[in-house]
Amino acid sequence: MDTIVITIIALCAIGVASAIILYFVAQKFKVYEDPRIDEVEEVLPAANCGGCGYPGCRSFAEALVKADDISSMNCPVGGAPVMAKVGSILGHEIKASDPTVAVVRCNGTCDNRPKTNTYDGAASCTIAASLYSGDTGCQYGCLGLGECVDACKFDAMYMDKETGLPVVIEDKCVSCGACVEACPNNILELRKKGPKSRRIFVSCVNKDKGGIARKACSTACIGCGKCVKECPFGAITLENNLAYIDYNKCKLCRKCVIVCPTGAIQELNFPPRKEKPVDKPAAATAKPVAKPVAKTAVSSENKENETTDNK
Amino acid sequence: MLKTFSIGGIHPEGNKLSAKSAIQELPIPKIATIPIAQHIGAPAKAIVKKGDEVKVGQLIAKASGFVSANIHSSVSGTVFKIDDVMDATGFRRTAIIIKVDGDEWLETIDRSKDLVTEITQTKEEIIKNIGEAGIVGLGGATFPAHVKLSLPPGKVADVLIINAVECEPYLTSDHRVMLEKADEIMVGIQILMKAIDVKRAIIGIESNKPDAIAHMTQISSKYPGIEICPLKTQYPQGGEKQLIAATIKREIPSGALPIEVGAVVQNVGSAFAVYEAIQKNKPLFERVATVTGKSLKNPSNWKFRVGTPVNDIIEASGGLPEDTAKIIAGGPMMGKALVSVDVPLTKGSSGLLLLAEEETARKDIKACIRCGKCVSVCPMGLEPYLLMVLAEKKNYERLESDSVMDCIECGSCSFTCPANRPLLDYIRLGKGKVGQILRARK
Repeated sequence: MDTIVITIIALCAIGVASAIILYFVAQKFKVYEDPRIDEVEEVLPAANCGGCGYPGCRSFAEALVKADDISSMNCPVGGAPVMAKVGSILGHEIKASDPTVAVVRCNGTCDNRPKTNTYDGAASCTIAASLYSGDTGCQYGCLGLGECVDACKFDAMYMDKETGLPVVIEDKCVSCGACVEACPNNILELRKKGPKSRRIFVSCVNKDKGGIARKACSTACIGCGKCVKECPFGAITLENNLAYIDYNKCKLCRKCVIVCPTGAIQELNFPPRKEKPVDKPAAATAKPVAKPVAKTAVSSENKENETTDNK
Repeated sequence: MLKTFSIGGIHPEGNKLSAKSAIQELPIPKIATIPIAQHIGAPAKAIVKKGDEVKVGQLIAKASGFVSANIHSSVSGTVFKIDDVMDATGFRRTAIIIKVDGDEWLETIDRSKDLVTEITQTKEEIIKNIGEAGIVGLGGATFPAHVKLSLPPGKVADVLIINAVECEPYLTSDHRVMLEKADEIMVGIQILMKAIDVKRAIIGIESNKPDAIAHMTQISSKYPGIEICPLKTQYPQGGEKQLIAATIKREIPSGALPIEVGAVVQNVGSAFAVYEAIQKNKPLFERVATVTGKSLKNPSNWKFRVGTPVNDIIEASGGLPEDTAKIIAGGPMMGKALVSVDVPLTKGSSGLLLLAEEETARKDIKACIRCGKCVSVCPMGLEPYLLMVLAEKKNYERLESDSVMDCIECGSCSFTCPANRPLLDYIRLGKGKVGQILRARK
């Protein structure tokens, strides 16, 4: 009986003594941490995707607390609402930044861009790109091995078996930029999501001269410059036989889509075209288009031309 | 016991189908497409323009840096245009396209077949003229020869090693050149010896070419200082480091060049090109290549003009067999598959290999079974299975510390892997990335 009592007393004494030592040690070696870091981290989505440019949400929280001006910092996953919350914790005024989304700038589907050879090496776009120009006549386009899909941590991309191209699922895309980094051919781009997710972009990165580009892919940008002339806002530039639409200047009037002879300019999430131009502020000032042609019609017409050319 | 390197190595099937076929001259093409980048280093700068008349051997593009090489016209005719054309990898690169008209050579080129043995030029003149002639390593790596011969200050060479190993299966061009041009090669070697100031040259030849060994041994007796070293048939015997280890038993430290151990290595084809450049004043615009494959009608060795389309040389060898699935430029181990038969042959084209589907198709990739075969065959003593995983996981620091830069990309690991893992593909990728990081650090 005595042994048990002594044991219990001894253990309690050791416990109390250790607790006292630990208390003083903890006081002595205390590291002050801004409590706001925890608060901010709480608000962040905990995706740890690195889309903000920091290794994880915790590091981003630390950086946010440390920074004097957080206007240039953005959590692509949480977007404006999360940044607003962060701002209220840290006492900063937050201007809502426009949400962006990844777009695939290649429309070289199996139909549009016939294969010229077969690749059977390691299934990695980076390896294929380091070896050769790819399995089609276009050396700039999508290699179709899905490295972007592998890089996406949010399940926001998949490879379309029929087209052989990656597809971005808009609702899931948090615009972290992992796919942009992964693509060796720089096909993916983060672009402004646009009102009602409406976007216009040149879905091609081919810098070859028109004839060569057109031969490789029926929907390639041939650098004809029609869109540049047509654009009333000067949003389109032409460099190295390739048009590029500046999304900050673009007013989504869709005139370029109509004039593009190869259908290289893509429009997303627009309502079907009516006889009259859509009720956009830009379109109001524009002259009515004589004969609006839907994009699908353009490309199918091209396909017909292509087949007759081949014959 | 034949000499060989100490670790690793594999024994692929030799398949030297064209070994008995004498070198033939390929007809001059109608249009020659001469790329301005046919060597490692900076592309040459075109010095002709559209409409210019050129003669065979005329300089048409000038070296644009220390590591770069001159390009000469291989045909006579008119410059049709200078444009971007598809190269062997499918990318568009600048080339000079010449419409051929007759075959008019520059008068300065000695076209006689007489052997000129007397070497009149000085050491400096030789190196300069080798550079002028645009000679590059003809083994396939196409490193400018004059750069290799200009020894860095403070370094002294004591031996010249001639790479006549031809360890790649199928290829026989060096073999045939040795049988048919042995004397010229010997003079070429003596010129090279004079250029780097050595008294001793060793020609390494694999034992699967007994006729070449016998012939070269007989001829070399006339030329002092040249020895023939028969080597075991083992891939990659022709790797620079392996060849030095096999012939003179010296090991090059990691990251160093052969000159560190006093050796300079040149290809046997380059020795012949040096002979022609120095003794005959003929720049490098034609070379010998093997066209081979099991289904090909006449596997043969052709002397072709640079810029000839691949298609021409295949047609001359009996046409493209129907079962061809892959055309490889170079040998089966290190060669690269072509994307089209319209691309031009270059200074680096040592062979064309036509493979059928069943010979070339990659098998399903399975998980690594940790058998360690890749480690035992690696001639550089690396751990390919580990390097592959590190490259896949983008762990570049560990790739660097595990000596990925020592990889010679011989492909022995991929060849031997029972799980068909694409070891070299990933290691090469990792090596490229680590190389970039190292360059950025400088």
